[in-house]
Amino acid sequence: MGRRVVLGLLGLGAAGVAAGPYLQRAQDTVAGKDPTGLTGLLPGGGGFRYYSVVSSVPSRGPDTYTLTVDGLVERPGSYRLADLRAMPQRRIVRDVQCVTGWRVPATPFEGVPLAHLLDAAGVAAGAAAVRFSCFDGEYTESLTLEQARRDDVVVALKLQDAPISHSHGGPVRLYVAPMYFYKSAKWLSGITVTDKVEPGYWERLGYDVDAWVGRSNGRDDAPTA
Amino acid sequence: MRRPPDLLLRFTRAERWVHRATAALMLTCLATAACLYLTPLAELVGRRRLVVTVHVWCGLALPAPLLLGLAFRAVRADLSGLSRFGPADWVWLRAVRARASYRPAGKFNAGQKLYAQWTLGAMLVILGTGLLMWLTHLTPPAWRTGATFVHDWLAAAIAVVTAGHVRMAVRDPEARRGMRTGLVDRRWAEREHPLWPEANPAPEASPAPEESGPEESGPEESVPVTEDGRSS
Repeated sequence: MGRRVVLGLLGLGAAGVAAGPYLQRAQDTVAGKDPTGLTGLLPGGGGFRYYSVVSSVPSRGPDTYTLTVDGLVERPGSYRLADLRAMPQRRIVRDVQCVTGWRVPATPFEGVPLAHLLDAAGVAAGAAAVRFSCFDGEYTESLTLEQARRDDVVVALKLQDAPISHSHGGPVRLYVAPMYFYKSAKWLSGITVTDKVEPGYWERLGYDVDAWVGRSNGRDDAPTA
Repeated sequence: MRRPPDLLLRFTRAERWVHRATAALMLTCLATAACLYLTPLAELVGRRRLVVTVHVWCGLALPAPLLLGLAFRAVRADLSGLSRFGPADWVWLRAVRARASYRPAGKFNAGQKLYAQWTLGAMLVILGTGLLMWLTHLTPPAWRTGATFVHDWLAAAIAVVTAGHVRMAVRDPEARRGMRTGLVDRRWAEREHPLWPEANPAPEASPAPEESGPEESGPEESVPVTEDGRSS
């Protein structure tokens, strides 16, 4: 009896690893149809998870938030929340895929296309990449200029059709639909055009810089765009 | 310092330190897991990289106390006792279900044996799946998804079972004293562990209880023993 418990657990563990992808999908399906939200309490449950690399992040609102655009541009500038809201908006509905495995289906993001902000600032000759900084004081991200100009990359003001809350990276976050979610920097406060790609926070710790969903970081998730 | 006659040595220093170190590592793993996992705690604590580093290294160290403990005879004896299920253990389990009062047990009762086996099995599985999640380049992504699934659910189960373990300890101060100081009250041992040779020596052998139980006795049990129960 005694040792059988250990062996049984080992067997169950191995079976769980083998069947895990199917079980996880089944769990997500059930959770997707659950009107009570109780399944959100299950381990590995669906929905967003909160990640922050610092101990606390200040709150910024309409009176305190600014987004600066600088670097290799002809017209550096800074924008208040109201300025960003007055610009053309684009709504994108795609799955969100985190590199740690969780996926949130069909999530609407809405905001200013990054290409629009770059055009407004006038990208100078010799520019090749964009670096993003965040008002948490620590997190950074980057994209090539070509990636940054894609029409599914926005400076997002709304998530699920409501202003982005602080814990989701509000009031303004980056949203890079085709890439793993660590590219979609929360608490965005600076856009700097540079002459080469500067790896971001997690990328200096080994994550892929070109983080296409399903084609990077050794993962094979279904592409999100 | 001599051991008072009404106290029995239940756990040597080595046994207590294996328990203490494993408990500390396990609780750190559970606490850091909660900070990575539960949104309110994650928002409160942040510092994801630091928390991940602590979690990973405490997890890797989890089996170390037990492995080091294998160098001590008392620890080996406990491990072997905990992995053997005898007829008395079935009686004990049935008695618990029937709420009967006669619950025969040796040094460890059937519940403690099951808990120990659960701990060993769960530790191996949580460590294995954790390694699959950590060494991401070694395995295909599907394995990692499966490992994450098992790691998440097992972690939740470990939290629940560990809470149960702590609850049992909270309800039994004498058991806690045994784990804290190594010594337990003789009457407690006779009541809770009637088949433990130390607790229930043959009458004629009472001045030298170390003779009575070849399985549990070691050099640690020879009298006089220092208060802290030195290990050999």
